[in-house]
Amino acid sequence: MNFIKLSLRMLRRDLYAGELYILIVALVVAVGGMTTVGFFADRVQLALSRQGDQLLGADLIVVSDHPLSKHYTDKAIQLGLNTSTALKFPSMVTKGDNSILVGIKAVTTGYPLRGELRITNDFEGTSPLLRDRIANTIPSPGSVWVGEKLAARFSLKEGDKIDVGTASLTVESMITQEPDYSIGFINLGPRVLINAIDLPATGLIQQGSRISYRLLVGGDAGSIQVFRNWIKAHLELGERIEGIRDARPEIKAALERAEKFLNLAAMASVVLAAAAVALATRRFILRHLDGCAVMRCLGIRQAEILYIYLYHFIILGIVASSLGCLLGLMGQEALVFSLSTMVDVELPWPSLFPVIHGLLTGMVLLLGFAIPPLLNLRSVPALRVLRRDIGISNTHSLTGYILGLTVLSGLFLWKAGDVRLGSLVIIGFIVAIAIFSLLGYFLIKILSSTCSKLGGSWNYGLASIWRRANTSIVQTVALGLGLMALLTLTLIRSDLLQNWHTSLPTNTPNRFLVNIQEDQLQPLKVFFSQHNIKQPEIHPMVRARLTSINDKIVSPEDYSNLRAKRLVKREFNLSWAREINSDNQIVDGQWWQRKDMGEAVLSMEEGIAKTIGVRLGDTLTYDIAGNVFSAVVTSVRKVNWDSFRVNFFAVTPPGVLEKYPTSYITSFYLPKNRIDIIDQLIITFPNLLVIDVEAIIIQVQKVIEQVTKAVEFVFLFTLLAGLVVLYAAIISTQDERIYEAAIFRILGAKRRQLISAWVVEFAILGGIAGLFAAMGASSLGYVIGKYTLNLTYTFNLWIWFIGIFAGITGAMIAGLMGTRGSLSSPPILVLGKIG
Amino acid sequence: MVVFVGGELEPTLLYVLLEIATNRILNTTKKFFMTDNLIMRQPIVQAISLAKQVRNSEIQLTILQDINLDVNAGEAVSIVGASGSGKSTLLGLLAGLDTPTSGKVYLNGKDIFALNEDERAELRGSMLGFVFQSFQLLPMLTAVENVMLPLELAGTNNAHTVALELLERVGLDMRLKHYPKQLSGGEQQRVAIARAYVTSPKLLLADEPTGNLDLATGSQIIDLMFELNRERGATLILVTHDEAISSRCTRQIHLVGGKLNAD
Repeated sequence: MNFIKLSLRMLRRDLYAGELYILIVALVVAVGGMTTVGFFADRVQLALSRQGDQLLGADLIVVSDHPLSKHYTDKAIQLGLNTSTALKFPSMVTKGDNSILVGIKAVTTGYPLRGELRITNDFEGTSPLLRDRIANTIPSPGSVWVGEKLAARFSLKEGDKIDVGTASLTVESMITQEPDYSIGFINLGPRVLINAIDLPATGLIQQGSRISYRLLVGGDAGSIQVFRNWIKAHLELGERIEGIRDARPEIKAALERAEKFLNLAAMASVVLAAAAVALATRRFILRHLDGCAVMRCLGIRQAEILYIYLYHFIILGIVASSLGCLLGLMGQEALVFSLSTMVDVELPWPSLFPVIHGLLTGMVLLLGFAIPPLLNLRSVPALRVLRRDIGISNTHSLTGYILGLTVLSGLFLWKAGDVRLGSLVIIGFIVAIAIFSLLGYFLIKILSSTCSKLGGSWNYGLASIWRRANTSIVQTVALGLGLMALLTLTLIRSDLLQNWHTSLPTNTPNRFLVNIQEDQLQPLKVFFSQHNIKQPEIHPMVRARLTSINDKIVSPEDYSNLRAKRLVKREFNLSWAREINSDNQIVDGQWWQRKDMGEAVLSMEEGIAKTIGVRLGDTLTYDIAGNVFSAVVTSVRKVNWDSFRVNFFAVTPPGVLEKYPTSYITSFYLPKNRIDIIDQLIITFPNLLVIDVEAIIIQVQKVIEQVTKAVEFVFLFTLLAGLVVLYAAIISTQDERIYEAAIFRILGAKRRQLISAWVVEFAILGGIAGLFAAMGASSLGYVIGKYTLNLTYTFNLWIWFIGIFAGITGAMIAGLMGTRGSLSSPPILVLGKIG
Repeated sequence: MVVFVGGELEPTLLYVLLEIATNRILNTTKKFFMTDNLIMRQPIVQAISLAKQVRNSEIQLTILQDINLDVNAGEAVSIVGASGSGKSTLLGLLAGLDTPTSGKVYLNGKDIFALNEDERAELRGSMLGFVFQSFQLLPMLTAVENVMLPLELAGTNNAHTVALELLERVGLDMRLKHYPKQLSGGEQQRVAIARAYVTSPKLLLADEPTGNLDLATGSQIIDLMFELNRERGATLILVTHDEAISSRCTRQIHLVGGKLNAD
């Protein structure tokens, strides 16, 4: 016989009768959540890979914090490769009274070697004839190309003059697309492109300036490889190579982190959907027992019953998963919108991979959690047609879901993209299920033996829970898991937000002045007193690279911690001070005495000491502009970074670092109504870098808000899935409950009595589930926060109240909504429908 | 029987009587030859020393013991007895829906408990029809789809046509596309009867077919069932506690405390 036809017929009727809504909604929500993140990540990945060479602007770049040796260029030319150089650094630009911090790139002819630099002269964006074009050249000497943001900020037109350092340059074009500026987190303000010939005139290149020197190399792959091998052997400290394969690692890392968290949120909805699928399938099976018994009676084989329902579920899975993918496609648009700052580029259309992943997730979820219980339908005894009390075994057992749990775990590991995070979450859920089941059993047992003496509704409600002990446990576990996922996300999320939103006291410094040269110290002092601004504390700053600890050479590979890797790779700022900063506190060792002045000793900040593994008495060796400097750690300080004052990881006493190239830094508070001072400051000291901390904080907060919005959006799917589980858990025993209520009503029970008995039942189930959820979420939140996201965990008492309260109210509302309606129809009718 | 009116045989009446007599003889012969088992003198259902015991928390309950029963083709046998006497258990065993503690059941000469579950299901599909007290229609299928189901399971091509004919026969040709939920109790049982006869089963098993119906509807259903049974020459085994229905059968079997007490 044609089982597909019969399956379709049954599917149609089940759909019509509303038997499959929970399954469909659960699948659509889970697949929707997964594909929303999937589509988004896919589009970003595509943008990254498609623009790989564009992002780089070359086939290979040698990046350095000091001017690069001419040998490198010579070698490249010798190999027949094209070269070009670029210098990148932050600086202030001024137009009239306005100034702003921008990212400057000074380039030589040939830039970019790869990718497109597009410009336009239509600053207003009105003339279609003057749409952007590929720039086949670089800004001519004395002129500047500006980014759209700067053009808008200063209302620039062609021919306007802007001051870059001490040079006044003419605005020539507006950049519409630039290599290595496609995607990225917080950019330090708008971008400006100038000709390298103009650099000396700007007076911005000075000792200690934060400049990235870049040698761009392009050519055929073979020669590039030869050059790559050659230069690898010749790289000096502070130099590294970037190729297409390692294009923008920080962007990739940042996006991967964001994706990881979004995926985690999406996976929470999958876990919830799994619970909903398991519960809904259980109900589906109970409702189809009679049908299967009749079919067995009519001569159908066991395997044929399985085929019918397998087709039934496969068709259902494909349809629901496809709907989920559609929802994901719409959802990712919302995600792109909410993460507009993070993704500052036109994203290509997503590939088909997320659809395949979505369909796979949906099918795995449905089949993993529906097939094991469905297998039971085969063994429905035909005798059930005569004796309805004969059911099938194993409908309650959790062991039937081992396949589903295994598959789900695999999915989790794959999607978390992080074995540690994935395993933590899986183990968390498995342990939770085991503990919840056991605890649930004992709690229900204790409650029913103690509270049954209360009589009335309590008696009936508790008796009802105890009689269905297995089902009750399944219900509380499912409900508990749902709530646990919701609470875990709320916990982690609120902890994240807490970490991000640092409240600042008023009068905290809001401007940093960087790059102050020794000969500017006195004039600057005069400038401050002329403008009636409190003289700020000025700190010396010496750029140094840590080369060894106790004569052991340090390299990023020695550390597994990402932060440590980053810290070891970059240059440190060393400083010296006579007195300890007021916001610092010694936690180990001693601050220097008068006799220690001029001694090569160091005071380290607690956090960095811990991260890179430095202890009291260790000898640290630095490379300062080619010179070796060693010092012994004699104290460890705790620093209050939230003060926004200038602080350093490593400080020496005076008389040690003075002989090295030094620049100075300071921070001060500038009231809002005196912003004009900054412009005068820039005009007087063009090389100074004014960092507007307030603007950065605002920008950081904007990004945080957007990431939060994105997470909250994905969180919506989790919330929806949580509600589906709640409903599925309650409705799974609805038939029995309605049937019993009808009998009770025939026996004379009043509506009020029944409702209060149900209220007791749902409140107890919900309360236990809420307790489980709070327990699980607190532990899991702690573990994830501490070991994976490196967050400080704050014990949250509210989670317990919220968990229990949400459990009780949620279960009561959903439960009463599902069952109350049956009280209005005559009992005999109810019995006829269900019996 | 011959009737004399005033000593003379009225010719028309004689003709009628002759007709009746001929029909009777023909009918009996027809029935006789239709049931091949009878020719072989083999019962269609045969139970030998059938017993069923269940263990209910340490107590061994005997539901049926030492049941020996032969039902010949064409017979209409009723199983009657009080509640708990084991009627439905016996019916379940005869149909191969349940397994006995000891004893054998032969259906059309086949030892059904020597077969596995699937083989028994196949045997049921090929020669049994069922009518239940609670109708047992599949709620997700329409009336006509419910009737088509056994034919489809058996792989018949013209399932729809045959199902339509039978539904018309039971008077439900206007309710073909209705779902069980949309039909009255009597209508649902008619669909169930149509479904039971649609494969032209040799043996029809009915478990309290009027148990869920009111008196008038119940009596219509019984009439319909007997009519169809006669038309299709099937053997009927009927479980009931209704003496009136039981008396319409050719043979009554009484079950008392799990033991047979045949008339």
